[in-house]
Amino acid sequence: MKDEATLVPMTYAPPKARSLLEPHRIALAAVFLAILVSAAYFMRWDWLPRYQDRLISGLWTTMLMLISTSVVGFVFAVPLGLVQVTGPKPLAWLANAFCTLIRGTPLLLQLWLLYYGLGSLFAQYPEIRSSWAWPYLRQAWPYGFAALTISFAAYEGEVMRGAFSGVPKGELEAARAYGMGRWTAFRRIWFPRAVYRTLPTLTGETVLQLKSTPLVATVTVMDLYSVITKVRQDTLLTYEPLLLLALIYLCLTGILVLAFRLLENRIPSRGN
Amino acid sequence: MTNILKTAAIALALGVAAITHAAAEDIKIGVDSGPYPPFSSPDASGKWVGWEIEMMDAFCAEAKLTCTLSPIAFDGLIPALNAKKIDAIMSSMSITDERKKAIDFSDKYYNTPTAIIGPKGVKFEPTAEGLKGKVIGVQVSTIHAAYVQKYFAKSVAEVKEYQTQDEANNDLAAGRLDAIQADLVTLNDFLKTDQGKACCELKGNVQDDPAILGSGVGVGVRKEDTALKDKFNAAIKAVRANGTYDKISKKYFDFNIYGK
Amino acid sequence: MGPTSFDLNLLSLWSPGWGGVLLAGLMRSLEVAVGGFLLGLLIGIGGASAKLWGGKVLRDLLEVYTTVVRGVPELILILILYYAGTDAVNKLMLVLGLPSVDISGLAAGIFVIGVVQGAYSTEVLRGAIKAIPAGQLEAARAYGMSPLLSLRRITLPAMLPYAIPGLSNLWLIATKDTALLAVVGFSELTLVTRQAAGTTKAYMMFFLAAGVLYLLVTLLSNVILGAIEKRARRGLSREQAA
Repeated sequence: MKDEATLVPMTYAPPKARSLLEPHRIALAAVFLAILVSAAYFMRWDWLPRYQDRLISGLWTTMLMLISTSVVGFVFAVPLGLVQVTGPKPLAWLANAFCTLIRGTPLLLQLWLLYYGLGSLFAQYPEIRSSWAWPYLRQAWPYGFAALTISFAAYEGEVMRGAFSGVPKGELEAARAYGMGRWTAFRRIWFPRAVYRTLPTLTGETVLQLKSTPLVATVTVMDLYSVITKVRQDTLLTYEPLLLLALIYLCLTGILVLAFRLLENRIPSRGN
Repeated sequence: MTNILKTAAIALALGVAAITHAAAEDIKIGVDSGPYPPFSSPDASGKWVGWEIEMMDAFCAEAKLTCTLSPIAFDGLIPALNAKKIDAIMSSMSITDERKKAIDFSDKYYNTPTAIIGPKGVKFEPTAEGLKGKVIGVQVSTIHAAYVQKYFAKSVAEVKEYQTQDEANNDLAAGRLDAIQADLVTLNDFLKTDQGKACCELKGNVQDDPAILGSGVGVGVRKEDTALKDKFNAAIKAVRANGTYDKISKKYFDFNIYGK
Repeated sequence: MGPTSFDLNLLSLWSPGWGGVLLAGLMRSLEVAVGGFLLGLLIGIGGASAKLWGGKVLRDLLEVYTTVVRGVPELILILILYYAGTDAVNKLMLVLGLPSVDISGLAAGIFVIGVVQGAYSTEVLRGAIKAIPAGQLEAARAYGMSPLLSLRRITLPAMLPYAIPGLSNLWLIATKDTALLAVVGFSELTLVTRQAAGTTKAYMMFFLAAGVLYLLVTLLSNVILGAIEKRARRGLSREQAA
């Protein structure tokens, strides 16, 4: 079960570019188009123009959450993975415990613990309430940001651990033989080789992160999901807003997968 | 393969049906899964308690219905009713024109004013002018969310919507909100707790707007379910007339909860 | 009493402690996780077989299913399926001329988690079946085994070592995904924790307590799954198992 982390991302496999012109595909596409048209025709969409601006600003918040937490989470994941390979022992143990703890409990619970638990703790100390940090601590997004970042760091940290330990020993020994110092060898050989190795799983991790972002709506962050919640409460429609939301996320996932594929293709020598 | 899948789907549906098929007079009543004292909240033994829960028992006994309580997120109550997950809603849901487009209501069984509370030591009026630049919290999908949207959205700094009322209360105590708008009775209940006493006070009632705030709280039923609606109407009338209503209410309130 | 109070009496198993309620919530979470995982496995076996050996149309439809489920946040799928699932079953009953049914929260929860898990199971099992060395299946055919017999005697046992790591993960994901049902108001561990926290105002303590329970489930699962995995890998050479 130690290697479980490398499987966790459940890498999102993009559909292969296949011929879309086979007769049965055309027929299927026609059926889906018919469903789409009848959904557009028979369901209620008159609310859409009224919420257009809010939907766009919600989408922006969602994207900002996704990108910022993935980038910062990755920055934390590198040392988390590295110390588990290099030691020292106590640090390795701590990093391992951290990853196990975060990956072993639901993100929703972590988020609520941070926001409703820790967040209301701050308010009890007048020093904190009068400090520069209070205007930020008062808002909801820092807690959403923290929870999502921690989560990404823990999952990606496990992946980085596998990647660091998977770089062939010979390459590091060769670096030594060339007279590289430890830091230079890390910077020039070990780190880039490990990152290459994680690239295929990074797509899956980022898609998972995207799918976790709507949780921040439960602590009052106005992301795409909470704009749709607003639509639902104003219009009392059950399915239309949720179906639109699913469609938007599906598109975002598609865009992410394509973007990562482009990125991977640009990097000439990928690790194996 | 398709046939096997189809058969499996039907078998599954039938299996589910066999397990959960219900008798005609058994109904499920949806209640907000978040604590909403003193009307409905879970206690430490997992039982639901409160004025509205006792009232539910009284109505169901009167109408000879076997009622099962079904906790559901407040913003999911109406969808759950229309998806037949539940058969009625008794969750302090006010009768409004907007909601009447989606579901139907019995006659009202209580009516209380809407109020605003805020932190101690900060003086402001419960008006658009008084709330200028403040962060106000409401529970999602409530009449209060709709009211704030119409009257205060332009003047306040931010409207925060919470899934449950107690989370809004907690955030006011934590200093992350400057005000909450909600039902006066539930707010008073919060102000009586240690947490509420320490942090907050009543700022006053908001100006009434029956179009949004509605005309009291009723039992929500599906539009086509007129038989059930009639049963509840008769039960409410009977419980009011035979003194049960007042007996239960006296345990919780020292004022007339039914309203005018 | 404040959000930070740590009155451990509140965790006692008997009223006024909320420990009993939390444990009951944990049981509900596990019921949904087990049910959802098994339903997902069923969908997965069907889905993987159909993807590998089914007709073109069926394969494409399954591709749509797995792509959509894996590309849309679980929270949104749960919201849609929780209401739509009940609606759909009732419509089906109407078509079949049967009376409408009352679907319990538990059945709906299992259905929702199962449909989500099914998409991932399909992919895990498909990958595992494809990882079986082709020679083994050919040998089975050469011995004159019928397809069904070779599925039971060769394909299923041979794929297990490849499938178990992925399925273990799915189980762990299932236990954590049940927490999302709190958003629709299903009384599993996270929701009852939230109710206990909201009523007592001891947010920190109750969320920590629930975290410990979830962590115990994960750690215990890891031990058991590790043992199962070891057993399933018997008789595999090192590089085959890697």
